[in-house]
Amino acid sequence: MTNERFDMSASLAIILTGVLVATACALLGVFLVLRRMAMLADAISHAILPGIVAGYFLAQGPNLLAGFAGASLAAVITVALVEALQNTRRVGGESAIGIVFPAMFALGTFLVSKYFANVHLDTDAVLYGNIEFAAFDVLFVNDVNLGPQSLWVMGALCIINLLFVGLFFKELKLATFDPGLAAALGFSPVLIHYALMAVVSITTVGAFTAVGAILVVAFMIVPAATAYLLTDDLSRMIVLAVVAGAASAVAGFFIALALDASVAGAMATMTGAFFLLALLFSPSHGLVAKARRLQRQRMRVAMENLVVHLFNHEHQAYEEHEAEVAHLSSELRWQPGFARQVIGMAKRAQLVQQANGHLMLTGTGRELAQRASALRDGEG
Amino acid sequence: MELLRDLIFDYTLRNVALGSALLGVVSGVLGCFAVLRRQGLLGDALAHAALPGICIAYLLAHAKTQIVLLLGAAVAGWIATILLLQIVRHTRISEDGALGIVLSTFFAFGIVLLTFITKRSDAHQSGLDKFLFGQAAALVAEDVTTMAILGGVALAIVVLLYKEFKLLAFDAAFAASLGFNTNTLSVLLTSLIVIAVVIGLQTVGVVLMAAMLVGPAVAARQWTNRLSAMIVLAALFGALSGLAGALISVSDEGIPTGPMIILSLTAIALFSLLFAPERGLVWDAMRRRMQKAALAD
Repeated sequence: MTNERFDMSASLAIILTGVLVATACALLGVFLVLRRMAMLADAISHAILPGIVAGYFLAQGPNLLAGFAGASLAAVITVALVEALQNTRRVGGESAIGIVFPAMFALGTFLVSKYFANVHLDTDAVLYGNIEFAAFDVLFVNDVNLGPQSLWVMGALCIINLLFVGLFFKELKLATFDPGLAAALGFSPVLIHYALMAVVSITTVGAFTAVGAILVVAFMIVPAATAYLLTDDLSRMIVLAVVAGAASAVAGFFIALALDASVAGAMATMTGAFFLLALLFSPSHGLVAKARRLQRQRMRVAMENLVVHLFNHEHQAYEEHEAEVAHLSSELRWQPGFARQVIGMAKRAQLVQQANGHLMLTGTGRELAQRASALRDGEG
Repeated sequence: MELLRDLIFDYTLRNVALGSALLGVVSGVLGCFAVLRRQGLLGDALAHAALPGICIAYLLAHAKTQIVLLLGAAVAGWIATILLLQIVRHTRISEDGALGIVLSTFFAFGIVLLTFITKRSDAHQSGLDKFLFGQAAALVAEDVTTMAILGGVALAIVVLLYKEFKLLAFDAAFAASLGFNTNTLSVLLTSLIVIAVVIGLQTVGVVLMAAMLVGPAVAARQWTNRLSAMIVLAALFGALSGLAGALISVSDEGIPTGPMIILSLTAIALFSLLFAPERGLVWDAMRRRMQKAALAD
């Protein structure tokens, strides 16, 4: 056999499959997250089950092409049903999804347990896939061993999605951020919507065998959402989403190895871990940065209040009294601890100086107070 | 007739039917509020999020006592809710995206734990995998009792706070202006949905739980414009599909209960959408055709 070239180790095949799934999914996921279609993707990932069963039934066994055809058809039916239900205006958007995909999934599980109870069509694998066997499911063409099938499928899907996003970048961007303008300029947002749904469907179907239904959703949505917390630029967001997804795949593989647990599960869990990191520590949108910004703002306003207060009472008869630290905290309704903090900061910023218990404005402090009160008067 | 006799005297069938009907009632009632608040998929996210909770409870307690596992599920669902709220409130990610994130990552973590447990202990001894697809056929009298108690508590709270929940569902801003603590009410309502989810996991499983909350409410909404009537109808539809699913599944070999419950429910919802008086789509189409004919004359 001429298969030395393709004889890669099993681990490498699994990691590479994971990275390819992550890449293919993240490319589209960015648009799903921005267009608020995450749960529709989730619905599709579940609803293709009866299609796969039908393909299995027609081909009398596991067949890549029949499965693909059946699943794609099921995906189209799902999207069409959800939209038809929404268009009746009797059912809300999320409720339409909540009715359609469980029905499709129930139909699928019913068919599996009724007709294929003894056949190898594992329902657990539907949910969390079989990436562990990625290396052993080898693609043969004319009896030539071409290496793991999953790599070919996911590689092809990566290329398709790259082409889709690359070629229609401008259209996707416009239809996502300003559908009205897109329509006015002559490209139909509806057409783009359906094209996007089509590539999401075939990607889901392709990735489904590797990582299972729900984990496809993790790879589509979570890295894209992570990237959304890190940047405001669409192209950068796509790159970051792919990087986050690929990193999750690699990290997840080794964690699964250490725990002897589901590889796809660990990879998807890692997408969540990266999201959590971004949620907490993103410099622009993270919770910590946000809390800090809020705190800094609070301190700045407090310092301004302090100097304005001192400024207003400068050259007044009772200036001495007004400038006492203890009096300040009650006058400005500050907790004593907070007052000390503000005064400390103001001193460090050289806005005030302290002389035997009394606060005095410095030159810069007086300047700031004048500017601030002028601004406030203007507003009032 | 034979079916009716089995329903009363056959131990397994009685438990399955009772459990399924019970689930239908509880999720039907709570689903009404979820659907009216446009949170139809919250139950879906909570059901998925429950899996790691169940697994951790199993690992900590070294036992599969039902109440311990359900407690784990409830805690995990609660944490998921809080995370969901934080994401929606503090970032620009939409509710739709936040649901997807919480649902898929919690579930993935659950799968890691589940496979970890399965490989360490005896494969199916843990019995945890029944939560994935539900196993109504395995319900015993004890399970049904637990379900009844949990469901009873949830329904009692709905009755007690009916006015508050109603206001929250239709006009949360108005409720807040009247001085109700809408945050607390919202969290309470979500916690009740967690209870419905916890009851449903054993019967229909993680994936199909979404329909148990959405289906009866959507069906009931078509028949009435009154909340109280809608709730009663939803409970009825839920119970009916639970019963139907249980009965269909015993009628032949190899028919799983959970999916049959969902398919019965879908049939009821579809029928309601098409044929309910006033809102039915069929009548709508007929009215339009008659108008067209009248215009043509």
